[in-house]
Amino acid sequence: MRVSGKGLIDRSTPVRFTFDGTSYSGFMGDTVASALLANDVRLMGRSFKYHRPRGPLTAGSEEPNALVTVKRGTDAEPNVRATVQEIYEGLEVRSQNAWPSLAFDALGVNDFAAPFLSAGFYYKTFMWPRAFWERVYEPIIRRAAGLGGLSGTANDAEYEKAHAFCDVLVIGAGPTGLMAALEAGRAGADVILADEDARAGGRLLSETHLVNGQSGVDWAAGVIAELESMDNVRIMTRTTVTGAYDQGTYGALERVSGHVAAKRGTPRACFWRIVSKRSILAAGALERPVAFQNNDRPGIMTAGAVRSYVNKWGVVPGRDVVVFGNNDDAHRTAQDLHAAGVHIAALVDSRSDAHVTGDFPIFTGAQICGSGGRLGLASVTIRTQIGTEKIATECLAMSGGWNPSVHLTCHMNGRPVWRDDIASFVPRADMIPGMVTAGACNGVFSTHGALVEGQRAAKETLEALGMKMSAAGIPETEDAPYTMSPLWAVGGTGRAWLDFQNDVTVKDIKQAAKENFRSVEHMKRYTTQGMATDQGKNSNVGALAILADVTGRGIPETGTTTFRPPYTPVPIAAMGAGAQGKGFAPERLTTSHEGTLKRNAPMIEAGMWYRPSYFPKDAETTWRQSCDREVNMLRESVGVCDVSTLGKIDIQGPDAAAFLDFVYTNTFSTLKAGRVRYGLMLREDGTVMDDGTTARLSETHYVMTTTTAAAGSVMRHLEFVHQCLRPELDVSMISVTEQWAQFAVAGPKARDVLNAVLAHQIDNDSFPFMACGPVKVGDVDARLFRISFSGEHAYEIAVPARYGASMFETLIEQALALGGGPYGMEALNVLRIEKGFITHAEIHGRVTAFDIGMERMISAKKDCIGQTMAAREGLVGEDREQLVGLKPIGAVKQLMAGAHLFDPESPATREHSEGYVTSVGFSPTEASFLGLGFLKGGRARHGQTVKLVDHMRGIETLCEVCHPVFHDPEGGKTRG
Amino acid sequence: MRLKCPVCGERDLREFFYVGDAVALDRPDADAGMDAWDSYVHLRDNPAGVTRDLWQHEAGCAAWIVVTRNTVTHEVKETALAGDVKRARG
Repeated sequence: MRVSGKGLIDRSTPVRFTFDGTSYSGFMGDTVASALLANDVRLMGRSFKYHRPRGPLTAGSEEPNALVTVKRGTDAEPNVRATVQEIYEGLEVRSQNAWPSLAFDALGVNDFAAPFLSAGFYYKTFMWPRAFWERVYEPIIRRAAGLGGLSGTANDAEYEKAHAFCDVLVIGAGPTGLMAALEAGRAGADVILADEDARAGGRLLSETHLVNGQSGVDWAAGVIAELESMDNVRIMTRTTVTGAYDQGTYGALERVSGHVAAKRGTPRACFWRIVSKRSILAAGALERPVAFQNNDRPGIMTAGAVRSYVNKWGVVPGRDVVVFGNNDDAHRTAQDLHAAGVHIAALVDSRSDAHVTGDFPIFTGAQICGSGGRLGLASVTIRTQIGTEKIATECLAMSGGWNPSVHLTCHMNGRPVWRDDIASFVPRADMIPGMVTAGACNGVFSTHGALVEGQRAAKETLEALGMKMSAAGIPETEDAPYTMSPLWAVGGTGRAWLDFQNDVTVKDIKQAAKENFRSVEHMKRYTTQGMATDQGKNSNVGALAILADVTGRGIPETGTTTFRPPYTPVPIAAMGAGAQGKGFAPERLTTSHEGTLKRNAPMIEAGMWYRPSYFPKDAETTWRQSCDREVNMLRESVGVCDVSTLGKIDIQGPDAAAFLDFVYTNTFSTLKAGRVRYGLMLREDGTVMDDGTTARLSETHYVMTTTTAAAGSVMRHLEFVHQCLRPELDVSMISVTEQWAQFAVAGPKARDVLNAVLAHQIDNDSFPFMACGPVKVGDVDARLFRISFSGEHAYEIAVPARYGASMFETLIEQALALGGGPYGMEALNVLRIEKGFITHAEIHGRVTAFDIGMERMISAKKDCIGQTMAAREGLVGEDREQLVGLKPIGAVKQLMAGAHLFDPESPATREHSEGYVTSVGFSPTEASFLGLGFLKGGRARHGQTVKLVDHMRGIETLCEVCHPVFHDPEGGKTRG
Repeated sequence: MRLKCPVCGERDLREFFYVGDAVALDRPDADAGMDAWDSYVHLRDNPAGVTRDLWQHEAGCAAWIVVTRNTVTHEVKETALAGDVKRARG
């Protein structure tokens, strides 16, 4: 029901929306909850476990009951708080956890079964038969329980994440936060003022008392206008600070467009990481309910929420209202409603010494002990000293007192401290480094107190920042003392709810204590108290008090309540914004990418890089046909391949040679300028880290290549070795992987291709095997390396990346003219297996130089990384698994990578495994499958037969153990 | 979490690569014996309290940094260039 003349809604702008298919009208500025209450709809959801009818308990983000799903299809968002969601034209809202309808919910039978569904019910009941859990019990429980469901389709809504920086982050824009932000802003600090509401002002928007002779709303508006005029202040509304993290970092969720009809290009929400030098927590307080029999009917709300509905939205949740509380603050609700012309059926104060005045029935020293009604509140029962009385009412405004919102202060493991006078927890100092708490969240509840606190917090904060504050006068406003007397639960039979969202009652807590779950952590897990999406914001303190009472301990001895991030639920989609698709896996493309796609090559991922698998020709129908052709082409004429993805590290300085001697097992100081050498790199534990060639361009200038996979880790390793182990060495290094486009030109006609593009001709004398040097391609300075990964006469030519695409085209054109062409990764792999060259399939992190037959490459004349540990017992020795070649010799000709090797007479079981296969490929050159693998004592077993077994694919092949170099073992081709 | 790179200033955790205990700076001599090497390569304390870790500002200036921090409170007490720390030890 609307009351006239109240509220901050825009009555000139009606807004239509639907709830469960029925169309309703509200006004601009309404939430779903306020608009539905205005339409006399109190029933908005069903509870989690018992499917009890529920309406809103609160008017804010702490709402446990009124959770709804907004929008439809992939856009649908479940578990949105109706008390937070603003309405807009056409908004579609649906209730949750009810079937077939909200008014008649079949699973409402759970409520009648309640005596059997108490705490621990699931743990005790669904124990046997064991097999039933997964197939029977769990699916049924899952269907029956729960909140809203996901759409089941990928979320294509847009989300963003962003970083912000400030001197002072003020959390909460109520009177405390506004005062603090104003002082900090005036002092010139960079301020971010964040508030989860659509409008700054906090409780001032829900109260009627004056501030500085103005309404609280007008005073807040004036402060906001001043803050908005300051360049150093940023006001973020609809932004909930959800977590406090290390070094002044805060997480915050901004609801960017959830309150308006969706527009493409506008994110639904943005997850902020706000980095602040200091912060001021002015998060306010949350009102707690009182536990009494059936205290969960739609129409029963917290007193502060009822005040919000009338003052902020001009809505009364019923024609007659009863107010029930244990503190003076609750009286305001009766007074405000009465002033608005609403009939107050009774004001009930549990304290017999309460001072109340008002033109309505007043009961002191009395309690509400029960409620009646089916889908909404119809009556409450008042128990006085002389007996009970039933009063008809549609709304009960209850207050068990206020809990300071200490949540964020607990996020770094700090525990709040109990204060008896307010019967609640308040933060200790420095629970979050750099944070000052102020106002209601600090246990100071009057508006005057809030303003004073805001100013104090600003002063402390500015002083810490070395800034000066010119304290403004505190505006004149109410300074009523907050007096209360704890009332956690009204005695009586029947169920009295504590945690509305998880359906936890006073009985459940008592049951837990009875079964010896007396620690608050055990009680919480046994009953699920506080474990719902609202984290027990309204109920944790109450539950703790009940537990303390039953176990005969004081509350501080019983335990403290703690909270973890996020303060309110944050969609994973917001935290992971941008991390889908290419944001999840970025693509690195070579300069020949276009030219490769143009030739229809399927691409394969190599780390983040994309490389061609093979270059199909018209008649070819399988990749093997293309691969075989490319291998033959290269062995007979010439092939071209982009090898830019290999890591390239430019190393310069007078000590570059000494540095390389230390990181490589072999010696690079003896390498002549203009020559290339293969190098092996170990980890400090003696395992092989990476291999590659390094070219010496001059006395003080080397270029190292790494494998594609290890480019990043080798770069990091080199910097580590230099900075952390040998900082005295005068050497500098930088990755130039992306600066140079590099192409392998390999095959008997490789030199012919190069001589067609180089400005000056080369021959075997001027450019022998393992030579390197500067060359010219037209006017472009390029680098040529005579190195081979195929065993053929081969080169790699590097040009500045901007010439990569045209270099690739030119080389291919020349190669085609000589009967050659491009080749891909499949052929490259076969070529290197034929030649016994290793990749990270072999040096996979567990093999030593000894295992790959390179122990003699560890120079004894100098120290190097990994040298000492590589010599450890167990890392060398004939019984280690050693690199071998494998060739099928039985009826089955197939080799499988990953398969294990066995003695032909042994069973193919784990304990008999003698090794494994790392790489396989079909070699058209040898007309056979070839493999590389590791075999126990393998180097001494050339010529023997082993059994390859792939249990996964059911393949068993007899193999001959060979030398790993199948092709041209003398290397004549490479040198020719 | 934020770390102060001695070169670049305070930066977000995401820019750093973590390697572990700064004991990695104290590489033994080649002939220090297997116990010293075993300890250097494999053995690490896992204190609740103050640690000295090595981090690299990998997505920044590539500096390796010795970070003194408290694993309980997450307080970062000090950061220094690893090269400076190593050189100071001679």
